[in-house]
Amino acid sequence: MTQRKTLFDKIWDAHVVKSSEGYPDAFYIDRHFIHEVTSPQAFEGLRKRNVKVFNPARTTATADHNVPTIDQHLPIKEALSRHQVETLRKNCPEFGIELYDLGHPYQGIVHIIGPELGLTLPGMTIVCGDSHTSTHGAFGNISFGIGTSEVEQVLATQCVLQYRPKTMLIEISGTLSKGVVAKDIILYIISKLSASGATGYFVEYAGEAIRKLSMEARMTICNMSIEMGARGGLIAPDETTFAYIKGRKFAPQGATFDRMVEQWRQLKSDDGAEYDEVVRFDAADIAPMITYGTNPGMGIKVTDRIPTLNELKDISEQPSFSKSLEYMGLQPGSAILGQSVDYVFIGSCTNARIEDLRMVASMVKGKKKAANVEVWVVPGSKQVEKQAREEGLDKIFEAAGFQLRQPGCSACLGMNEDKIPAGKYCISTSNRNFEGRQGPKSRTFLASPLSAAAAAITGKVTDVRELV
Amino acid sequence: MSKEKFTTLKSSAVPLAIDNIDTDQIIPARFLKATTREGFGENLFRDWRYNNDQSPKAEFALNDAKYTGKILVAGKNFGCGSSREHAAWAIYDHGFRVVISSFFADIFKNNALNNALLPVQVSDGFLKKIFAAIEKNPKTTITVDLTEQKITLEDGSSESFDINPYKKTCLANGYDDIDYLLSLRDEIKHFELAH
Repeated sequence: MTQRKTLFDKIWDAHVVKSSEGYPDAFYIDRHFIHEVTSPQAFEGLRKRNVKVFNPARTTATADHNVPTIDQHLPIKEALSRHQVETLRKNCPEFGIELYDLGHPYQGIVHIIGPELGLTLPGMTIVCGDSHTSTHGAFGNISFGIGTSEVEQVLATQCVLQYRPKTMLIEISGTLSKGVVAKDIILYIISKLSASGATGYFVEYAGEAIRKLSMEARMTICNMSIEMGARGGLIAPDETTFAYIKGRKFAPQGATFDRMVEQWRQLKSDDGAEYDEVVRFDAADIAPMITYGTNPGMGIKVTDRIPTLNELKDISEQPSFSKSLEYMGLQPGSAILGQSVDYVFIGSCTNARIEDLRMVASMVKGKKKAANVEVWVVPGSKQVEKQAREEGLDKIFEAAGFQLRQPGCSACLGMNEDKIPAGKYCISTSNRNFEGRQGPKSRTFLASPLSAAAAAITGKVTDVRELV
Repeated sequence: MSKEKFTTLKSSAVPLAIDNIDTDQIIPARFLKATTREGFGENLFRDWRYNNDQSPKAEFALNDAKYTGKILVAGKNFGCGSSREHAAWAIYDHGFRVVISSFFADIFKNNALNNALLPVQVSDGFLKKIFAAIEKNPKTTITVDLTEQKITLEDGSSESFDINPYKKTCLANGYDDIDYLLSLRDEIKHFELAH
């Protein structure tokens, strides 16, 4: 009898070029995405070694981390940011790589444009010098973030050296309650497993609640796999996946597409395949979630109290916990519901796809933002922006007093012009609430687009179930 | 391009007894704008090291003259978050050659190993012992022996640590992963055609 394999094992095994005793596997990469921040030193390395890019057609570039989200037609004001984007503009043609630059109809956040252009497909191996590369795993592939030395390896050889991670199955059974969305599922999982609970593992998400999700929602879940330390996360492809891919710009077309779908249908874990770890949750236990601390594992149901020091599982966590709450300006044991917010950020590779914007629009249609908040809606790509306008979402946002900006990573990472001021609270649909992540001394509450929209209207942390 | 070789290091250490130190703390995103690998040490732990007026925070370990050395000792889950290799570059550029913790995030560990920075994972108990030893005597030395895969404190207590044999060879000889991969280019080409 042949060995029963997980989906992860099947894809991994199909991409090992060489497995030698004493060496990590030389692992072939089907698709490589690059951006301006983590690529310049890799290109410099190629020049120093006098090496060409191994297969330029397998790498796609865009500018996203360091770009402004207003007036993108003007030169970037900040000199260092401008230099970094200009370096990408110089490197890509020199090494024969396609670049979707500012102003290009395909520009956007790297993890949003890959799927929407049909560059991200089932069964592939995908890497990018960005930890949220795990997003692409929603299509049933092995996708993970790498460092710049590894970016250079991929450019030079189309391979990285990798050790096979362990596998973890996370199964969510049942049906989600009203007002609970994909972001709540992943924040719930991370709150249960902690910010390091999946380190060393590659996660497969499965179960009835996952099967019912759209591709956009699945991407939100896979996106945050890294926030519990996982190398990546994937979901076996199904009819939802194939329907999303069909007709996309660079996806296989016509008869080739049909043939590929037949192959993709085989991409699933065998019955009885063994994982190194299995975790099961019931969707009925998941409520709208919010983080109160400075790592994504510090999440609670929006109606719960912040834990007290005595409620921590491990006494050794107390100093870090206290430091975190002090940074956030919050008290142990207090409620988070009703906490006033200053900014609402709807964007990032976690939640800036068209479905996220529709979700926000459905909540705010005919309503106005609270006077005390500033609201930024930053679409994930030019295509998302275009579609939002075609669907009239821009009018809804405008009427509500929201700013619809241009595509980029924006206030997710405090790198470009969009930063949350010191001491201010931002409810954010992004993925990290680290100290200073959204700007020096900024304070982040991670939540779903629905919860963020609700807070935009009320000006405070709100249980979205009271509004839907 | 060969890197600095690592065999043994005996040094005093700088303690950061904080868990879950993410790479945004190690080097905030706004300092990732350089297009070279050098110079990031200046902004290592930027927001923990400096006040708003750019004056150093006296109480932060890196600014405290009593702590010196090439070893950084930190709480568990060190290097979580963003994949930015700039974090490893910044630590190295500041002068550290070893980071000790009871748990490392995956991508950071890889990035460190690719940059001649040795991540040494010890048990929770041994980590506590190290912090206690430094608290008692900030000049206490720690010996990290890569060949023997052993870490020893001044009082003679020691613990062995794991490192991948391939990575160990790379560190000891200053090899780069890319040298090995480049030697496989023909095999990769062959694989690609059949793939």
